[in-house]
Amino acid sequence: MQCDNCHERSAAVHLTQIVNNSVTTVHLCEECAAEKGVQTAASVAKFPLSDFLATLGKGEGGAEAGVSDTERCAFCHASMQDFRESGRLGCPHCYESFAPHLRNLLRRLHGSSQHVGEVYLSPLPPGDNPRRQLLDLREQLKRAVDTEDFELAAELRDQIRVLE
Amino acid sequence: MSMDFTLLPDGGMTWLDASGPESHIVLSTRVRLARNLQGLSFTVRSPDGERETVLDMVSAAGRLTRQLAGGAMFRMDALDRLDRQVLHERHLVSKELAGLEREGQVRSGAALLTNGDAGVMINEEDHLRLQCLKSGLALSTAYTELERLDADLGNRLPFAFHTEFGYLTACPTNAGTGLRASVLIHLPGLVLTKEIAKVLQGLSQVGLTFRGLYGEGSEVVGNFFQLSNQTTLGKSEEDLLDHLGKIVRQVIEYEERAREVLVRDAPAVIADKVWRAYGLLRYARSLSFEETMNLLSGVRLGVGLNLIPELSVYTLNKLLVFTQPAHVAQTEGRAMTDPDLPVSRATYVRRMLDDDAARVRGPQEPTP
Ligand SMILES: [Zn+2]
Ligand SMILES: [Zn+2]
Repeated sequence: MQCDNCHERSAAVHLTQIVNNSVTTVHLCEECAAEKGVQTAASVAKFPLSDFLATLGKGEGGAEAGVSDTERCAFCHASMQDFRESGRLGCPHCYESFAPHLRNLLRRLHGSSQHVGEVYLSPLPPGDNPRRQLLDLREQLKRAVDTEDFELAAELRDQIRVLE
Repeated sequence: MSMDFTLLPDGGMTWLDASGPESHIVLSTRVRLARNLQGLSFTVRSPDGERETVLDMVSAAGRLTRQLAGGAMFRMDALDRLDRQVLHERHLVSKELAGLEREGQVRSGAALLTNGDAGVMINEEDHLRLQCLKSGLALSTAYTELERLDADLGNRLPFAFHTEFGYLTACPTNAGTGLRASVLIHLPGLVLTKEIAKVLQGLSQVGLTFRGLYGEGSEVVGNFFQLSNQTTLGKSEEDLLDHLGKIVRQVIEYEERAREVLVRDAPAVIADKVWRAYGLLRYARSLSFEETMNLLSGVRLGVGLNLIPELSVYTLNKLLVFTQPAHVAQTEGRAMTDPDLPVSRATYVRRMLDDDAARVRGPQEPTP
């Protein structure tokens, strides 16, 4: 295989990158790789998409999670197979439809599946809003306590106190 | 149809003025937030009509925010390829939004709403990609501005949010905060002292990634690197930004140390390298893009080391933007290819550098 950069020497280093969520592999000869500050393929392994998509397959993760390949999201009708092929989910509901799968995947990708950042408060009709927020916050609080994230729990308690 | 760039405040490039912190080494900071609307399919799966709905909703909500009230709207399908390329070269739209990918075409409903340094890409992979671009290392400044825009938009649009997974995005690599912060940094010292591989290797061990000048998958040219956070979930926005900032400051320190070593151990070699780069830029009659980037890197190093007093970082930043292919063509007012393109590029570079030299030395003195 030829080097993608100089098109002269043969490629020795193969870099897998996620480009707009599809896999791109760059093949470089040793000279060009060194020039670009790459020592070996392993030294700059981003997380190759194939790596995490493999966990969605027929492998351990898949069977355990109990979501079949052809099962579809009730809202957008996308399947896990669609996701594996495109690297993109169909709609926000997919996160619920494929929750066990995605939880595993998110843990592998980010080291956690629990969001701890800004909490979004939906602009629902005013009458609905505080109650809904309160319910959401309580649910999060429960989860925070369960996972022993006491810092988050304290923060959530403060937010709940304000709404109550 | 051709684009009216006068609609674009500051050309979307206020960062060029190099007024931000650490701007001798860090060119710019970009922060973006990915958001999607509840009850709709993600962009790629949504039918054309639905994307138009998204565009209408976001632009209506955007116009009511303080940040984007006077902003300009650019529909990608109303622009010719050259204009879309110019926007991409200014880092205002992604390759995907501009329909510039290999087999890419403009997706219906794809648009940019911008006030210059803050804006929203609409119907990118996610319904909304809020972004802010600042000069120098300015992570918290950029995020604060974005946070306000996010809150204003979120008050008017129902964002898809999940108590466990956070903001829901088309690709799970962006879920949670939806936050990607990247810093465009110039590291010639580390490249010349061959320390760069070690530094880049270290980055992946602390959860950061690096890319070339044009984002994901792009090549590293001119010793410019984009450093950004790899994960978006399980840490707060503040922690993600703090961590990146801390590491970037460390990289800046390494770079400064490398430059000190170069000046101490090989002053003549460095001076020669810098002045050769300047000489070529000042007198060459044909310049390829890659050569220009590499020469600009050498000259920028020279300015950083106070070797070339007559050049400003502003001029260097401007050259970095305006020597890109679509910008050269735009300056000339026509589509261009080899061999005209490199000749026009060299002419532009010469003119800019002459102007700068004349400004410093006074117009009477003849140029060398
Ligand atoms: Zn090569
Ligand atoms: Zn779905």
